[in-house]
Amino acid sequence: MRTLYPFHGGVHPVEHKRESTQLGSAIAPLPLHLVIPLRQHGGNPAKPVVSAGDQVLKGQRIGTAEGYISSSVHAPSSGRVVAIEMRPAPHPSGLPDLSIILETDGEERWIERQAVDYRAIDPAGLRQHFQDMGVVGLGGAVFPSHVKLNAGNLETLVINAAECEPYITCDDMLMRERAAEVVQGIRIAQYAMGAREVLIGIEDNKPEAIAAMQIACQGTGFEVVAVPTLYPSGSAKQLIKLLTGKEVPSGGLPTQIGVQCFNVATVYTMHRVVNHGEPVISRLVTLTGNMDEPRNYEVLVGTPVGELVKLARPKADTTGYLMGGPMMGVPLADLSVPVVKASNCIIATSKALFPPLPRAMPCIRCTRCAEACPADLQPQELFWFSRARNFEKAQEYKLFDCIECGCCSYVCPSHIPLVQFYRFAKSEIAEHEKERKAADLARERHEFREFRQEREKQEKAAKHAAKAAEMAAKAAAASGKAGEAAEGGDDAAAAKKAAIQAAIERAKAKKAAVKPQNVDDLPPGAQAKIDEIDERRAQAKETAEQSVAVQKSDKGQGA
Amino acid sequence: MIGLAVALGAVLGFASLKFKVEGNPLVEKVDAILPQIQCGQCGFPGCKPYAEAIGAGNTAINLCAPGGEATMLRLADLLGVEPQPLAADAAVQKPKQVALIDEQTCIGCTLCLQACPVDAIVGAAKQMHTIIASECTGCELCLPPCPVDCITMEPVDVGMNGWKWQYPVYPISDVRNDAEVAA
Repeated sequence: MRTLYPFHGGVHPVEHKRESTQLGSAIAPLPLHLVIPLRQHGGNPAKPVVSAGDQVLKGQRIGTAEGYISSSVHAPSSGRVVAIEMRPAPHPSGLPDLSIILETDGEERWIERQAVDYRAIDPAGLRQHFQDMGVVGLGGAVFPSHVKLNAGNLETLVINAAECEPYITCDDMLMRERAAEVVQGIRIAQYAMGAREVLIGIEDNKPEAIAAMQIACQGTGFEVVAVPTLYPSGSAKQLIKLLTGKEVPSGGLPTQIGVQCFNVATVYTMHRVVNHGEPVISRLVTLTGNMDEPRNYEVLVGTPVGELVKLARPKADTTGYLMGGPMMGVPLADLSVPVVKASNCIIATSKALFPPLPRAMPCIRCTRCAEACPADLQPQELFWFSRARNFEKAQEYKLFDCIECGCCSYVCPSHIPLVQFYRFAKSEIAEHEKERKAADLARERHEFREFRQEREKQEKAAKHAAKAAEMAAKAAAASGKAGEAAEGGDDAAAAKKAAIQAAIERAKAKKAAVKPQNVDDLPPGAQAKIDEIDERRAQAKETAEQSVAVQKSDKGQGA
Repeated sequence: MIGLAVALGAVLGFASLKFKVEGNPLVEKVDAILPQIQCGQCGFPGCKPYAEAIGAGNTAINLCAPGGEATMLRLADLLGVEPQPLAADAAVQKPKQVALIDEQTCIGCTLCLQACPVDAIVGAAKQMHTIIASECTGCELCLPPCPVDCITMEPVDVGMNGWKWQYPVYPISDVRNDAEVAA
C-alpha cells in the first residue's frame, strides 16, 4: 500500500455518478452537420487548410497548428465543407468563433490510416506526430500534449484518472471498457518522457475502473493507486501532491519536480494515434443530470449539443445545460454549440438538482474558504483585493496559484461568487501585462527611431561637409591653373559657382540619357502605332502653336 | 566637533559622487505609466517629452487620451496630487486599434513612413507599403500625411481574443429587510 500525502482542504459534494454508469457507453449517431471550431486547444487557433466546397475524408486534417503552442484539427467524418465562418462556441463568453462547417455524407470514408512504431521514432518526432494528430489534454484544459511531453528524464508519470467532479463518468467508463488500450497509451507516454515510475490515480468511488485497470496493468510495472474521494483530487497539482508528496512550486511546472501528469483519456487518444493512425476526432461524453436515460456516448467532435442531448431524453422541467462539471462547468447559452475536445460532460439542470443560490451576503471573514482551499491560499483576502481592484496585492497573495476549483464558493456561508472575482482579477492582470509589454516595445522602437534620425542627420551633415571640402579643393586647383588670378577671398564663391555649374551639367547629361524604357524590343506593329501617335502629337502641337499665333495676331490687331 | 563635521562632510561628498543619480528618476517613473502610443495628442511630441514636462511640474496630468482615466489616476497617485477630470480633448475613448493600408490604393509615397513614431511601416519609394500590426500603436499619425487616404484604423482584439471576465455583479440580500420579513 502506497503512502498518500493528502492535500489541504477540499470538499465532498454529492457525487451523482451512479446515474450515468448504469448503461455501458454507446455511439452517438452521425449528425448531418458538424461544426468544428478551430480553437479547441490552449494557444493559437488552428489555421484552416480546406476551403468551402472541398470534399474531405474522415480523419483528414482540416486545420493546421499555428505555432508551437497550438494543435491540428481533423474532419470527424467524411463529407463536404460547406462553410468556414463564425459560429457560437462553447466558451464562457458565448462569443462566436471561426469554425469549419462540414456536411456529412454518411459514408464515413476514412483517410489512409497508418500505425507507427513509436519505439522507432525519437521522442521529438513523436511529439510532432501528436501535434499533427491533434492530441490535447482531454481533462478539460485542452493544453497541447506535445508541449507537455517535451521534458526528458522524468521521475514519475502521473496518470490522472481521479475524475473528481460530480456527475462526470466518462473517464470511469473509458477505463471500465477499454483498460487495455489505456495501458498501451500509458506505455507511449512513458516512452516519450522516459519516466521511471508510472502512477495511476483513481478515486475510490470507482471500484470497477480500479479493478479493470489493475488487471490491465499486470506485468507492466504501472501502479494503480486508489485515492480517497475528495474534490479536487483530479486537479494536476493536487493529485501530484497526493501521490508523490511533492508540491509543484508556485508559478512553476510539475516537470521542475520531475513529475508530469496526463489525463487518462489523453493517453487513450495517444494509443489511437500511434497504434491505429486515428487523429483525435471523437471522445466519450457523459450526458447526465435531469435526464431520463443518462449515459456515456462516444461523440464526434463538432456534434451540436442540442442534437446530442436528445439521446438521453432530458426531462420536461429542464432549465438549461452545463458543459463540464457542476463545480467548474460553463452554462450553455446556445444549444447550437458543438461538442469539442474539452467537452467531457453535459449536465441538464433543473430547479430540484441545482436550486438557485440564495442572495449573497457580506463577507464575515469566517475563513471557511481558507479551510477548504486545496491550493493553500487565503480566498477571503483574494476576494477582498479583487473586489477592490487591488491587483498588485492580489498577486502578492498568489492569485495565480488559484486553480478556480470553486471549493471556496461551495463552502461560503454568505454565498459570494468568489471564483468569479478571481477570474475577473486574473483577466485584468493578464490584460494589463499585455499592455505593459506593448508599451515597452513601443518605447524601445520610438527611442531607436529618434536615435536613427539623429544618426542620419549627423551622417548627412558629415557628407555635406566632405563634399564641400572636396569642391573647394577642386576649385582651388582650377583657379590655380588659371594663373592664380583669383585671390583667396573669391575662392569660396568660385567653388560654389563651379559646384553649381557641375550640377547643371550633370542634370543635363542625365536628361539627355533618359529615354523611354518600355519601348525596347517591340513587335513591329506596336512600333508603327507609336510612330503614328508621335506624328499625331507633333501635328497637334503644330496646330496649337498656329492657333496661338493667330490669337496673338488677332489681339495685336484689336489693340 | 570640527573634525566630525569635516568627516561627515567628506562622507556626504563622497556619497553624492558615488551614488549620483543619472537623469530624473521621476521622469522615468512617469514615462513607465504613460502608454507609449506616441500620438502627441497631449500637445507634446511624444510620451517622453510629456513625461519630462510632468516631471518638471509645468503641465497637467490629464492630457493623455489613449491612457484615459486609469493613466491619470496612476499619475495622480505617483505624484501625490489630486485626480483631475480628463481634458476635453482626451476624454474621447477609442477602442484599441491598428492602422491598415489598402495596398491597392497605396502609391508608395513614403510619407506615412516618415510620420510613424515607432517605425511600424515597411516600404520604400514607389513600392507598396504595409503595416506591421504587432508593432503599430494605433496613434493615427500616419492618417493625415497620406495623399490618397488609403490608411484606415481597424479595431483589434475583437471577439474571443479580446474577451475578458467582467466584474461580478450579483444580487446582495438586504439583511435588515430580510429580518423584517422573517419576523
